[in-house]
Amino acid sequence: MMDILLAAITALLILGGAGFALVAAIGLNRLPDLYTRMHAASKAGTVGSGLLLLAVGVHAGDLPTFARALAGFFFFVLTAPISAHLLAMAAHKVGYPLCAESVRDEMKDYDKRI
Amino acid sequence: MTTAEMIIAYAVWLALVVLCFSFLLTVWRVIKGPTLPDRVVALDMLTGIVIGFIALIAIRTGFTLYIDIAISLGLVGFLATVAFARFILSRGNREVPKEDRMKAFTASVPEPRRKSVARRPSGTGPAVRRKAKK
Repeated sequence: MMDILLAAITALLILGGAGFALVAAIGLNRLPDLYTRMHAASKAGTVGSGLLLLAVGVHAGDLPTFARALAGFFFFVLTAPISAHLLAMAAHKVGYPLCAESVRDEMKDYDKRI
Repeated sequence: MTTAEMIIAYAVWLALVVLCFSFLLTVWRVIKGPTLPDRVVALDMLTGIVIGFIALIAIRTGFTLYIDIAISLGLVGFLATVAFARFILSRGNREVPKEDRMKAFTASVPEPRRKSVARRPSGTGPAVRRKAKK
């Protein structure tokens, strides 16, 4: 009974991670410009791979493996916003435009303000 | 095969199919992406999907050592994205609108090389090209 419960949790994590990855890939293709695509890739994509890593940890069932999987998840969650922020900052500073539907651009006069 | 193993096997199989589909969608964005940062974002996402693949293989084979490989791949992907961001910052924005680029490409194909070189000096902006045409 216990191992069926563990397998169900693992299966839920696996399917959730794969679903998040699929949502991220669809968002990457459907969203209009670079800055909105970055939302899909760096949030849903990170959670997708992180959930799959957690599934490995739960499936193995011993503490060191689970701790390593948790460390990997934490590492991805830590680095994804940094890389997305760096990329968005570089693209905006160099002048890649926002899509036409964008409502406001708070970074427009960033160079003048500092 | 016990029930628990069967649940895991079916879930892994389904997740492999879903990940394959999302991998193809992301590759499509890498190919199509109109600008360089679009492609970089898609490559970052591609690294994440490959980490998911590695995790699924770890569950399927039972080797938990694959987790370390996944973590190091994540580190390499992060560093690659940071390096690409620095590159975009130092390269500047030299993407031309798509119609212009296609026009330049199709116009330069049938003509001899000397002419097309003379027509497009160093900058590739539309203003430079218009001046050169006169």
